[in-house]
Amino acid sequence: MATAAISAERENYLNQEYGIRSWLLTTDHKRIALLYLASITFFFFIGGFFALLIRLELLTPAGDLVQADTYNKLFSMHGQVMIFFFLIPSIPAVLGNFLVPLMIGAKDLAFPRINLLSWYLYIIAGTIYLHCIVTGGVDTGWTFYTPFSTAFSNTKVIEAGVSIFIVGFSSILTGLNFVVTIHRMRAPGMTWSRLPLFIWAHYATSIIQLLGTPVLAITLLLVVFERAFNLGIFDPTRGGDPLLFQHLFWFYSHPAVYIMILPAMAVESEVVACFARKRIFGYNFVAMSSIAIAVFGFLVWAHHMFVAGISLYSALVFSILSYLVAVPSAIKVFNWTATMYKGSISFTTPMLYAFGFIGLFTMGGLTGLFLAALGIDVHVHDTYFVIAHFHYIMVGGAVMGYLGGLHFWWPKISGRMYPEGWGRLAALLVFAGFNLTFFPQFILGYMGMPRRYWQYPPEFQVLNVLSTAGSTILAIGYVLPMVYFLWSMRYGKIASDNPWGAAGLEWKTSSPPPTFNFDEEPEVTWEAYNYEQISAPAEVNVER
Amino acid sequence: MLSDSPVAVEQHGPELLHHFADAEQQRDAASLGMWLFLATEVMFFGGMFCAYLIYRYWYYNEFAAGSRSLDIWLGTINTAVLICSSLTVALGVRAAQMGKRKLLVILLLLTIVFGFAFLGIKGVEWYDKYKEHHIPGNSFNVDDLVKEYPQIHIDPRHEQIYFSLYFAMTGLHALHMIIGVGIFAFLTFHAWKGRYTPKYYTPVEMGGLYWHFVDIVWIYLFPLLYLIDRKPLR
Repeated sequence: MATAAISAERENYLNQEYGIRSWLLTTDHKRIALLYLASITFFFFIGGFFALLIRLELLTPAGDLVQADTYNKLFSMHGQVMIFFFLIPSIPAVLGNFLVPLMIGAKDLAFPRINLLSWYLYIIAGTIYLHCIVTGGVDTGWTFYTPFSTAFSNTKVIEAGVSIFIVGFSSILTGLNFVVTIHRMRAPGMTWSRLPLFIWAHYATSIIQLLGTPVLAITLLLVVFERAFNLGIFDPTRGGDPLLFQHLFWFYSHPAVYIMILPAMAVESEVVACFARKRIFGYNFVAMSSIAIAVFGFLVWAHHMFVAGISLYSALVFSILSYLVAVPSAIKVFNWTATMYKGSISFTTPMLYAFGFIGLFTMGGLTGLFLAALGIDVHVHDTYFVIAHFHYIMVGGAVMGYLGGLHFWWPKISGRMYPEGWGRLAALLVFAGFNLTFFPQFILGYMGMPRRYWQYPPEFQVLNVLSTAGSTILAIGYVLPMVYFLWSMRYGKIASDNPWGAAGLEWKTSSPPPTFNFDEEPEVTWEAYNYEQISAPAEVNVER
Repeated sequence: MLSDSPVAVEQHGPELLHHFADAEQQRDAASLGMWLFLATEVMFFGGMFCAYLIYRYWYYNEFAAGSRSLDIWLGTINTAVLICSSLTVALGVRAAQMGKRKLLVILLLLTIVFGFAFLGIKGVEWYDKYKEHHIPGNSFNVDDLVKEYPQIHIDPRHEQIYFSLYFAMTGLHALHMIIGVGIFAFLTFHAWKGRYTPKYYTPVEMGGLYWHFVDIVWIYLFPLLYLIDRKPLR
């Protein structure tokens, strides 16, 4: 799309007001998205720091870098920080916050002040959690399993529990805002069947956040009550049932996986359609598969408990239901592939991440089927096979989607282009580093190396060294984008309104958008992904 | 805070926020948001109801004995108090719709009074449990129940599960009541200032929805905790 030269003084959401107050008291969804971006990046590097310490400890078979107790805290806090303070809010609170109103043609989310409240809850929870880290940490694993967490652990379980309780409400409020916004704030002509698939996936995510998170909240609260006030709801010495805790915990924490992966799928649909320059294949199927994943996702939780002592019959049912989730997931993968078939593909940075996502998510999903099978699960339960499996989904899937989306919409967010060469280099580093880190863990787990141990038999060392080496490459791949994104905010090429020639309302307003998103209220008269009507941009210098 | 851009300046009341097209859209959004929030609350209490269901099935005798030890009269009075408070809330919403400011303020104040009455009675009940050593923990002691109901076999450990659930459920319900009283204090202040008109009374309606929800939770808690088995023992 040809755009007139943008004068540097054009008013937008970034330059309309200045000063710390204009940020901390803002109710603009775009500014809150940036507040979230900064906060979750901070926690991402804290969680990453713990991960690197874990990998360094596992470089040698002996427990030499840290003691067992410290190691327990490292993997617990790595999990809790990465899941609750990075992955859950990552795409919804940053990209979703920024894009949901833009994509449906609204001036803001339905409840802008609640949106800001959600960020403050996040910050309060984050502060409590940081306090927990520096005053001793927590060693229960990210799962808080009872009775260890209630009766035996001598670490700061109460503080960690309260913190995650609070951050859960931040997540609930984001989801609530999205559902109401998508229902009530769509621009004229933006019918449900014209919604971008990004919106459909965020809608499904929000439903899970709304219905799942409160169950985690009450479960953690009961653990806190048990520690603080000596209630006995999960205490086996009084007839309480630790399995009940596991049921309640996984009722949220399995769907939580879909809170992390669905938004990455949301990004995927946008990026693939744009850089294949085709209408997405099977729009209705991709949209409905998001809803199906959200629904099925609530019915599979006990596959985390196959060896915990649940009855064989319920294990059979949960195993079959877990297989069912593969159907909508596969529909998505096949549809993205079909979209690319005979498309004119350009290998931009977001598209490289999208390719990485499809491959890694498929691997993660297929190994998930291994784990859903009752027989194999008994063999690989609590081994590095499980670790590798869910990192393929959460890091290979969710983080790849997040980074791809950040690159794709960076011109819209900042009004500047990131350096394409560096972007592609980082994408390749992330892909290579990721596989080197986690693929050996599949083999380790299959050979029987259990998770959560700080030392291991010497025959596992070669694969562990490979994994640690990969993690350093991965770390470089993650630091690079942060550096050049910051650089590009000042020195990057000025972005046009629609540098990729992408479909979607967010590209029809200026880059960066004005405070109220659109100068005139948009009216939608076209179907989503009408790439046959949009010419590819000339200025994006990528080989085709 | 954001200043309104020239585009957004239209003829409407001060209560219409800039990003809504009209008052109806704003009201619909608030209403949907509140119902969704109540759905999350159902899931929140649902976790405890689920635990209750399982433990009551396993430890029926202890649950029945614990239930007998609660003061049924105080519980019944509290149920009546809450039902009355829901009536004043419903009438209050009606008063707001009709634009009767004074009546609205009186009804909201009455609701707050009922709220405090409920919390006070609940406090008395908790204090009784404290005196009877029925609070789970190291000083927990149900010898009185074992002696009082020799016909039922009571395991004191399982009795702790009942009282753990009793305190968790009534405690979190009471916390919701306290928050509700806070919300109604806010509403009363604004109603007294005359902010609510027949055209704009959404906050009263939303606060009312919340209050009714908390009321309904009690309507379930009362039979589940107090009325498990009150038949005379043989």
